Amino acid sequence: MTPSPHSTQLAKVIAAANRVILGKDAQVRLALACLLARGHLLIEDLPGVGKTTLAHTLARLMGLQFSRIQFTSDMLPADVIGLSIFDRERSDFRFLPGPIFSQVLLADEINRATPKTQSALLEAMEERQVTVEGATRPLPEPFFVIATQNPSTQIGTFPLPESQLDRFLLRLELGYPDRAAERALLEGGGRRDTLPDLAAALTPDQIGPLQSAAAATHASPALLDYVQALVEATRNSPRFIHGLSPRAALALLAVARAWAFLAGRNMVVPEDVQAVLPSVACHRLQLADSAGHARPEDIAGLVRTVPVV
Amino acid sequence: MVIERIRTILGRNRRREKPAPVPLERGVIPWLLAVALATSLPHAEHLPLWLTLIFSTLLIGRTWLWQRNARLPARWLLALIAITGTAGIAWHYRTLFGRDAGVALLVFFMALKPLELHARRDGLVIVMLGFFLLLTHYFHSQSIPTGLWLFATTILLTATLIRMNGGGPSPRRILGDAATLVAQALPLMLVFFLFFPRVQGPLWGLPRDAHAGLTGLSDRMSPGSLNQLIQSGEIAFRAQFTSPLPARSQLYWRGPVLDLYDGLTWRANPRNALRSANKPAAVEILRPNFADYTLTLEPHNQRWLLALDLPISFPEGTGLWPTFETLAREPVRYRTRYSFRSALDHAANRDETPRMRTQSLRLPANLNPRTRQLAREWQETLGDPERISAAALRFFRDEKFFYTLQPPLLGEHAIDEFLFDSRRGFCEHYAAAYVVLMRAAGIPARVVTGYQGGEINPIDGYLTVRQSDAHAWAEIWLEGRGWTRVDPTAAVAPSRIERGIGAALPAGDPLPALVRVDGDWLRRLQQLRHRWEAANNAWNQWVIGYNPQRQREVLSRIGMKSPDWRMMSLALAAGSTLILAFVAIGMLCRRTKAPADQRAWLDLCRALERHGIHRLPWEGPFALAERVCREHPELSEITKEAAGCYATLRYGETNSPEHLRALQNCTKRLASRRRKTR
Repeated sequence: MTPSPHSTQLAKVIAAANRVILGKDAQVRLALACLLARGHLLIEDLPGVGKTTLAHTLARLMGLQFSRIQFTSDMLPADVIGLSIFDRERSDFRFLPGPIFSQVLLADEINRATPKTQSALLEAMEERQVTVEGATRPLPEPFFVIATQNPSTQIGTFPLPESQLDRFLLRLELGYPDRAAERALLEGGGRRDTLPDLAAALTPDQIGPLQSAAAATHASPALLDYVQALVEATRNSPRFIHGLSPRAALALLAVARAWAFLAGRNMVVPEDVQAVLPSVACHRLQLADSAGHARPEDIAGLVRTVPVV
Repeated sequence: MVIERIRTILGRNRRREKPAPVPLERGVIPWLLAVALATSLPHAEHLPLWLTLIFSTLLIGRTWLWQRNARLPARWLLALIAITGTAGIAWHYRTLFGRDAGVALLVFFMALKPLELHARRDGLVIVMLGFFLLLTHYFHSQSIPTGLWLFATTILLTATLIRMNGGGPSPRRILGDAATLVAQALPLMLVFFLFFPRVQGPLWGLPRDAHAGLTGLSDRMSPGSLNQLIQSGEIAFRAQFTSPLPARSQLYWRGPVLDLYDGLTWRANPRNALRSANKPAAVEILRPNFADYTLTLEPHNQRWLLALDLPISFPEGTGLWPTFETLAREPVRYRTRYSFRSALDHAANRDETPRMRTQSLRLPANLNPRTRQLAREWQETLGDPERISAAALRFFRDEKFFYTLQPPLLGEHAIDEFLFDSRRGFCEHYAAAYVVLMRAAGIPARVVTGYQGGEINPIDGYLTVRQSDAHAWAEIWLEGRGWTRVDPTAAVAPSRIERGIGAALPAGDPLPALVRVDGDWLRRLQQLRHRWEAANNAWNQWVIGYNPQRQREVLSRIGMKSPDWRMMSLALAAGSTLILAFVAIGMLCRRTKAPADQRAWLDLCRALERHGIHRLPWEGPFALAERVCREHPELSEITKEAAGCYATLRYGETNSPEHLRALQNCTKRLASRRRKTR
């Protein structure tokens, strides 16, 4: 296969990101796939493993306008969306757009906010528009939310409800870096400092065509069979309270397409589905025997029950 | 309270809302009309003409209404037609019950029902009525063509059911599906046919009128009676010999013995049947010259069977009369098989009772004076009975007698006129004249009727005996030799005995088709008839004639020595289970039969297994290739290529045969690598 212009662009992005975030190639790719599939990303892990760095890096590399909200428990919806203030000079109310009016929104520690504020953000994510005081205002295009959250066992968190978790196309866990990567990190110092110098590898108007091309990746009937078999397996498995919803199945296919596109293939193979399944399914599946979401190893066990022919 | 509850249980109290009828699709109607036609058509042969006309009028009218999409006739009009038709049938048959009237009524309703086709329910009624009408055809015919017709109609009925339930894109596909369904039922049908415990005769009792009009020998013989029989080409019976076929001149199939003569008609004396009044039949075997054979007798509604002269062992339920006729206990109403052994060289009743001897001398007084005169002369000059008999045969041979099926009518002194004036006749004339001569000369004599000869069917080796082989001969009782067969026809027309009636008769005498074969195409036609009759015979022997006895034969052949109903039920259950298991396995196999690309990939995986690499069930092609790269770098190239090909075939947009070939090629390379490393 000759590398298409798309794949060289994307390869540049991935290479640049890997220079900042060490040893997390799969997560970088997944994050990128999520963006290509026009979805929002949720990164969940302990503080200090590089969640914010990843979000920041991606925004930079794609040359997108970037803003950041640090969620706290006393935050109000207006702090996210914006508010109208009275302009004395014009004797009128003027809308001050909140940080949500940007192409990439980094919502840091989203589960520290109260449900009210969370839902203000999540509604905007779904509708891609904001309605304030009767006026509907569209959000910029592309609009990509990267939210991070700490594990719900941490103190002072308001866990996101199921319906709102479903708004995130992917949920990633970064995990600790491996030994070599951590050593490189220690030797090279903190990576945050290099971020402002990071050059954009893409321009904002390149992203639309990339997204369209990713969505056009071929999924054959045999592959759809496989996706359906997997979804059915989640529904029939006694390990989960509920199976994956049709929206989740669509999400799975979309991400698998983007994943195959990132790999430079023009068709989706079962391996693509398997690769993205944990990130798509984990936050959507509730374990039956313990409170909490499915873990990647649960998904791996599930994959083993569905034969690929 | 209690009554209330019972009512509730019975559903009386529930005021049930009548559900709206499911409407019938217009496209189903031609199917239903075809069903009405196909299930009734063969009945046209036996139904009165007016009913056939009404039937076709109603169906054509319905088709016309369908084409014009017109409204169906009003209910009162239908009621009027129904009442009129029923009355007509009642008037025609003088009853509404019984086989023929019942069938006529069903056929009539079958034509009427399409005129009130409003709902799906009405369509179902037609189909069910059709299935019922199918069975009624077996009242009239159980032949191969009937079987084939009914088989095809079963497929049509099934197809109509499929169509009514909305199946199939085209009539061809629907019929194909129906044929498949019916074909799938065939093995099960075969098991049930073989193992379901049989009852004697057909499953349903036939009414008495079913056996009217069967042709065959009768217990009386008047001038012209045999003559009519000889005109019929119908089969009387078939015989299968297990011993060598006897000479044609010994093939005398013995039927009724006639010993009462009133000057016109020969009749059997009913007293002959009385064992108390007669000496039981005694057959002495002179030489061990036996014939073993099985008769398949066509039903003739009489008790006698037609054994070769003279039987010495009989099947169960039959016996020998004092006049050596073999009789069954009941009239033969169904095609039946009997096994016999006959002694061809025999002496019969050397010590006959005086009563039987005097009875065999009786002649009507004052009739046939010239014959009596001749006999008396022979008695005086020759004296010895054997020489008198020889003189009579010489008389037939030397004087100008003709063998013909068109004899002139004879008057009061029939024997006189025949012997001295007309001298034209066939077997019954010669036998009668001979017996009268012998009796007048004081020798006990009687007429025996039956069949002579027969024709071997070269296809299946059965000897076929037709009504046209009917024959009459004579028997005289000689001191010390008992009853001795004398065939005066053999003296006049030896070819009748040697080569059959076709050869004996002068050209131009009317005969049933194919009895006389001259010319090439006739011979070919005869060959065809042989084939057809052999097929029919096999059908009769194995399908129609599959009775308890046959079933026992078959079951003992497959190892069930004394089958009772428990064994048979077991065999039935086992057979059905076996068939269902086969069907299930077949269905499972079909499900696992994958398309070509998948099969090729599985072949490759098997080839990899021989290299010690086992694909995990959930492993996709690229994942497998990656693992092979890690574990068996030497195979990585081939596996990568194969994985690429398979992924393109199965998950790619284009499904090209080159990729399939490349994939198969990879498998071959893997296999050859394996051989090399060995």
